[in-house]
Amino acid sequence: MKEAKSRITAALCGNPNCGKSSLFNHITGLHQKISNIPGTTIDLKIGHARIDDVDVKVIDTPGTYSNQAKSKDEEVALEIFEAQNPERPDVLIYVADASNLRRNLLYFSQLASYNIPMILVLTMMDTARKRGLELDLDRLQNELGVPVLICNGRTGQGVDKLKSRLIKPAFTCHYNFVQDAENPIASAYKSIDNLLTRTTHQKSREKLFTERIDPILTHPVWGYFIFLGVLLLVFQAVFKLAEYPMELIELGFDALGIWLYDILPANWIRSILVNGVIAGLAGVVVFIPQIAILFFFMSILEDTGYMARISFIMDRILRGLGLSGKSVVPLLSGAACAIPAIMATRNIENWKDRIITILVTPLMSCSARLPVYTLLISLAVPDTYVLGIISLKALMLLAMYFVGTAASLIAALVFKFFIKQRGLSYFIMELPVYHSPRWKNIGLTVFHKSKSFVLEAGKVILIVSVFLWFLASYGPNTEEGSIKPTEIEQLESSYAGYFGKTIEPAIEPLGFNWKIGIALITSFAAREVFVGTMSTIYSVEDEENIASIRSKMQSDTHSDSGLPVYSLAVVISLMIFYAFAMQCVSTLAVVYKETKQLKWPVLQFVYMTGLAYVASFVAYQLLR
Amino acid sequence: MLLSDLKRNQLAEIKRVLPSPIQEKVMEMGCVPGTRISLALKAPLGDPIAFSVDGYYLSMRKTEAQTIEVKLVHEGS
Repeated sequence: MKEAKSRITAALCGNPNCGKSSLFNHITGLHQKISNIPGTTIDLKIGHARIDDVDVKVIDTPGTYSNQAKSKDEEVALEIFEAQNPERPDVLIYVADASNLRRNLLYFSQLASYNIPMILVLTMMDTARKRGLELDLDRLQNELGVPVLICNGRTGQGVDKLKSRLIKPAFTCHYNFVQDAENPIASAYKSIDNLLTRTTHQKSREKLFTERIDPILTHPVWGYFIFLGVLLLVFQAVFKLAEYPMELIELGFDALGIWLYDILPANWIRSILVNGVIAGLAGVVVFIPQIAILFFFMSILEDTGYMARISFIMDRILRGLGLSGKSVVPLLSGAACAIPAIMATRNIENWKDRIITILVTPLMSCSARLPVYTLLISLAVPDTYVLGIISLKALMLLAMYFVGTAASLIAALVFKFFIKQRGLSYFIMELPVYHSPRWKNIGLTVFHKSKSFVLEAGKVILIVSVFLWFLASYGPNTEEGSIKPTEIEQLESSYAGYFGKTIEPAIEPLGFNWKIGIALITSFAAREVFVGTMSTIYSVEDEENIASIRSKMQSDTHSDSGLPVYSLAVVISLMIFYAFAMQCVSTLAVVYKETKQLKWPVLQFVYMTGLAYVASFVAYQLLR
Repeated sequence: MLLSDLKRNQLAEIKRVLPSPIQEKVMEMGCVPGTRISLALKAPLGDPIAFSVDGYYLSMRKTEAQTIEVKLVHEGS
């Protein structure tokens, strides 16, 4: 019998690593988006599927082990099950890893008490069979009173059956899971054990691939070597693979700017579009390749289960610094961009560990610093090779990455003593079974994370770029129709120029003049804007040609002494400043959004910029 | 004995989980009285430790393993 067109809401629930996301992707295909739960800032994946005449809305809730929320994400997963919640789903699809049924059924037993109809989906049956599990499916179904289906998250086998089951009437679980008030978890496990002795049978098992390979990957010596090797490989790949698309994007935006410049009449609208909006957009879009490729590799590491081992071998070291093994993912992501890195701190349960990770992550050398370092290194470091093969310039760049990493770890150690502990720091974590990457999941993760980067960073950078365009285009003495003969004169008499000169006394001890001052100010949109500003200041026609900016900067001399402005001391001081200073407004905005307290972005800005000032001062005074 | 004293190839059964702020977390991960548990992996410096419980690997810090009382089931080879 065909029903009239109707709609139902289904929620996917289950433990982390149970194959929930694969199932979600199989059910909804590409019809999914990330949206907020009303009244929160937590993003949930929501997808739609059309099954016969029914429109099914599927909510993918974050994986959790129980209904006692431990982290922010888990808290949200539970809110929607409350009876008064308007988003309360009509049916729960509970996904359980069959190879680990006992623990997977704990959360099931807790959800059963919410009296929402349920469907139990078992995944990873192949691993379960290898582990010697025999399951009486009919018996389990009868005992629970809800449909029990088997799905393969990798191949999608069984998903069609689940889909057609989804639109039939569903039932609430009638198995009596005991939850005595005194010891709810132990008693729930007791009733799960009773259920499992009646419905499963344990045979002898074979040794799993995971059990053979883990002693090597977590080995006291080889473990770290392998981790370092993987890290080097990933970053090498990120920079190499991103080079070409980044170049194309830059060329594309240049062409767009020139085209708009030609077709629009010469007025402020043209100026704001070309020098504000287009320049701002280019600054965001150019990082998409690097960030997408980094996300790609990070998702592979996470999806295969290796990331959990990295956390495992790094926890003892990071704990001493006030961080946790789980800080590894944010810190590594920070080497591409601090924005997604800070969003990735959400799965650190402990508040103090999370805050410290957020505070120190922007010290990791992000990719926006790369163009700045490249220009400055080419100014000061000669084209020589150490031992005949290692470029001195590459070595210098590596040193800057080292400086950033060391600074973030030292800063963490300092914060460890100043930030009060809230709750307990713990590292009770499942080490999931290794499996080959699920490419569809990885593809979708990369897409969604890149998208949220563009939206989060994009709007802030755009606003700041337009504001900076205003500062650089108008000055206190700008008159209507006044013509400045050159760009540099216009910049000099603009607000930005005045600011540059105003802060000159403050930055002089660091070796910086007012021109650098302007670049420091414009860098607040994004650090790489430094290069563009320098090319404007030195009236370079071809902005893309670093060599021409470099030669102009190199020939700049002090008018009184005749010595070059960009001496080694100034260049080193400037690089140190860019390594430490908090010059990224989008990151500050994300920190505020994630912590919901103004004091954290403020503290971050003050400590990082203060550190930059002091370190640059010391470097310049020692080297000059 | 405490779970943190468990050696390789020894099989133990959990006797009780001592009261602590992580008691509930430990238990919901499957470590309730009566559960069989064995040592699977030790991170460098012997901390954290991964145990095999319910057929999966559960990692915890040494101090966290000290909140779980176990009794030896057999010594192993």
